Amino acid sequence: MPVQTIFDRLEPLLPSVSKPIQYVGGELHATVKDWDEAGEATVRWCLMYPDAYEVGLPNQGVQILYEVLNEQDGVLAERTYSVWPDMEAVMREHDIPQFTVDAHRPVKAFDVFGISFSTELGYTNMLTALDLAGIALHASDRSEDDPIVVAGGHAAFNPEPVADFVDAAVLGDGEQAALRVTDIVREWKRDGRRGGRRGLLLRLATDGVAYVPSLYDVDYLADGRIQRVTPNQAGVPWRVSKHTVMDLDEWPYPKKPLVPLAETVHERYSVEIFRGCTRGCRFCQAGMITRPVRERSITTVGDMVQRGIAATGFEEVGLLSLSSADHSEIGEIAKGLADRYEGDNVSLSLPSTRVDAFNITLADELTRNGRRAGLTFAPEGGSERMRKVINKMVTEEDLIRTVSMAYGNGWRQVKLYFMCGLPTETDDDVLQIAEMAKHVIQAGREAAGRKDIRCTISIGAFVPKPHTPFQWAAQLDWETVDKRLKALKATVMNDRNYGKSIGMRYHDGRPSIIEGLLSRGDRRVGAVIERVWRDGGRFDGWSEHFSFDRWAAACDVVFADSPVSLGWYTTREREQSEVLPWDHLDAGLDKDWMWEDWQDALRSVEVDDCRWTPCYDCGVCPSLGTEIQVGPTGRRLLPLSPV
Amino acid sequence: MARQPDRPPPPPVVQRLRIRYAKRGRMRFTSHRDVARALERALRRASLPMAYSAGFSPHPKVSYAGASPTGVASEAEYFEIALAEQRDPDDVRRALDDALPPGLDIVEVVEAAPGPSLGERIAASRWRVELREVDQAEAAAAIERFLALGTAPVERLTKDGTRTVDARAAVVQVSVDGAAPEGDFAPCAILDLVVRHTTPAVRPDDVMMALRQAAALPTPVTPLVTRLAQGLLDETPSASDGTPDHPVRLLDPLAADVVEAPPQ
Repeated sequence: MPVQTIFDRLEPLLPSVSKPIQYVGGELHATVKDWDEAGEATVRWCLMYPDAYEVGLPNQGVQILYEVLNEQDGVLAERTYSVWPDMEAVMREHDIPQFTVDAHRPVKAFDVFGISFSTELGYTNMLTALDLAGIALHASDRSEDDPIVVAGGHAAFNPEPVADFVDAAVLGDGEQAALRVTDIVREWKRDGRRGGRRGLLLRLATDGVAYVPSLYDVDYLADGRIQRVTPNQAGVPWRVSKHTVMDLDEWPYPKKPLVPLAETVHERYSVEIFRGCTRGCRFCQAGMITRPVRERSITTVGDMVQRGIAATGFEEVGLLSLSSADHSEIGEIAKGLADRYEGDNVSLSLPSTRVDAFNITLADELTRNGRRAGLTFAPEGGSERMRKVINKMVTEEDLIRTVSMAYGNGWRQVKLYFMCGLPTETDDDVLQIAEMAKHVIQAGREAAGRKDIRCTISIGAFVPKPHTPFQWAAQLDWETVDKRLKALKATVMNDRNYGKSIGMRYHDGRPSIIEGLLSRGDRRVGAVIERVWRDGGRFDGWSEHFSFDRWAAACDVVFADSPVSLGWYTTREREQSEVLPWDHLDAGLDKDWMWEDWQDALRSVEVDDCRWTPCYDCGVCPSLGTEIQVGPTGRRLLPLSPV
Repeated sequence: MARQPDRPPPPPVVQRLRIRYAKRGRMRFTSHRDVARALERALRRASLPMAYSAGFSPHPKVSYAGASPTGVASEAEYFEIALAEQRDPDDVRRALDDALPPGLDIVEVVEAAPGPSLGERIAASRWRVELREVDQAEAAAAIERFLALGTAPVERLTKDGTRTVDARAAVVQVSVDGAAPEGDFAPCAILDLVVRHTTPAVRPDDVMMALRQAAALPTPVTPLVTRLAQGLLDETPSASDGTPDHPVRLLDPLAADVVEAPPQ
């Protein structure tokens, strides 16, 4: 069945929308394959990042899957992104469906519609895309012509709030899982699509590759809590586990990243130098759900950078991970790359660095060939007590020593990230952030021998996340968050000696409450998402589009005459015995261990990193058959031979 | 005194190349900033020995002559690059064209000769305007009404609010070009439009706006606009006066470089 491109109908409309380049595709390394590349057995994926093109295009997850899938014979993958409201209006007026930017094919024509959720605030954008695509919003209303809608990304570790809208969710690393889903779809097609749509979903569920919400029933207690979650079909597993890629050197993607024409939020070649993190910060969902640590070797990193820079022409290399300075050979990687690109104006960046793993030798290597941007660290908590609660084992002495060295070596600007609303936090814990910033400036002026140095503190409101030791915690109400941040701001601004050297960036606490609702919600939250979307909710991650009042009003209506509410989902502390909406989804973490870690948090007891100390039994390695993979390998990067 | 990076200064400029490129097909939706980014990456992928600026944020030396608006195709856009090593202009043309996405096409590369700068050699543009679903005779009549106007003020929305430009004053010539392709959008009138570069700039859509408003020409579909040439107006006595029999000519801004470049 031939599928027509919609580009001819789209093109005359493009001059009337903002930034039309984002809708035309044609990026370097974009792939367009024959629709019928392997006849009827072709498996066709449409991949979506549910945000604007400028945010979605650089997303690593989508780029990796796009390349992995397109390398396969008989498989094609195209991409789609959220269209801006002006484009949505034009598409509705002219009856243009949600399309891919690669070949401008209608999304509805694909077999699998995979959506990657880094954040829960993309849920309303998913509904826009489904609706524009002509795909029924509710999974239960879909026909045999509709694609299977699959959620992935970190938010997929609790897909219950979107259980009405997705057919399946895949947890964890996507490379092998996407290929497994592809195989299952192909086999199902070859078997004459036996059992129809439900037959395919049953295959995905019984295989264990994906969680299919419709194959589970949820019962509730009279007080609103969940009683149990049970499979409603024979052969469907009670728990669904995450996927873990065990040798990153075998999966060196992206090899040829997309180079857009439009301006995007990250313009660099990014290579993951490791996955996972066992530092054990208790607020950090990413660190908990991506265990164990698996390093990519120095030589593979070097090869990927060499090929990636040649293929893209990017000027910046991002060495990505959850805590990049923790790679066992980060010093050699930085030095080796700086040597290779000496004089080439290729700069290196380490987006996530810990104060205690950082040193000036490393910083100098990072800026040897390029731009000397500011340094950024995340102490997260202002007081020593707070940092013990969250297990961010960074002392103020560590921080002062590191920033003194930085200011003494020519840096003029340091950025510090903190959170407000952490469990057990008091007003005073937040005011300690100002003290810390003052000490940083004081030490910096001494080290630099000048007064024109700056420190910016950036503060976000804490949102408790599933699969973390704080999953039981009460989220702090937004009124108190705002009150504490205002008091902090006043303290900083009123300081005569240091106030002018300290910048402060923060947002109000209300969006975080909605993020909290969507993070720890259950299936009953789906009706709220749909109501908000029908009321015009779009791009909830953008402050100019987000409306707290719209969300609060939708909660009032949907939860009227029920024991639950916006506050029930967010500011309520959970008990140990409560069945959590995501308990049947397995990130490998032992629930008893997490509860113990939560109790340790309340007692300000810290836990070490299992890379360097004995295992503390979080449960991931034994339950998933994985293991820590770290160097050093002892290898070095050789100079590039001229070509 | 401003701080200087503690590394050697960048190598000096030994060659300047002037480059004409085209924006075709879907690439017409690129903004000037999009094109600049794509070009700078292509320069890197093509491994050209770019000369860099000094300072903490070194950037390759590239300068652009007036860019066409987003959504408008072009056969005649210009920029100039500085190299730290000599290269054969034709090799550069091939390498750069290969490194750019299809639709951003390098047309001509010449070594810059002494004399006026690129900017000083460009004073006007020739545009081809495809008026879809517009009858040729209607378009001709509207043009006649437009040319008879003393002024044709049109309002344009800019970042800083609305501003008014005189679309009539900048127009050197506008006429209906006979040929119109058959197709989905027939009838189709094609205009030949020459506009002087002024401050504030008068763009083809300003002229279209004036044709719609002051000369009552309905344009049901967004016109497809292509810049065909840029250059100085040919003002030699034998040159044309803009009448249909004597169309205005533009002088190729790279002609001087081609002629004056030393023989190889």
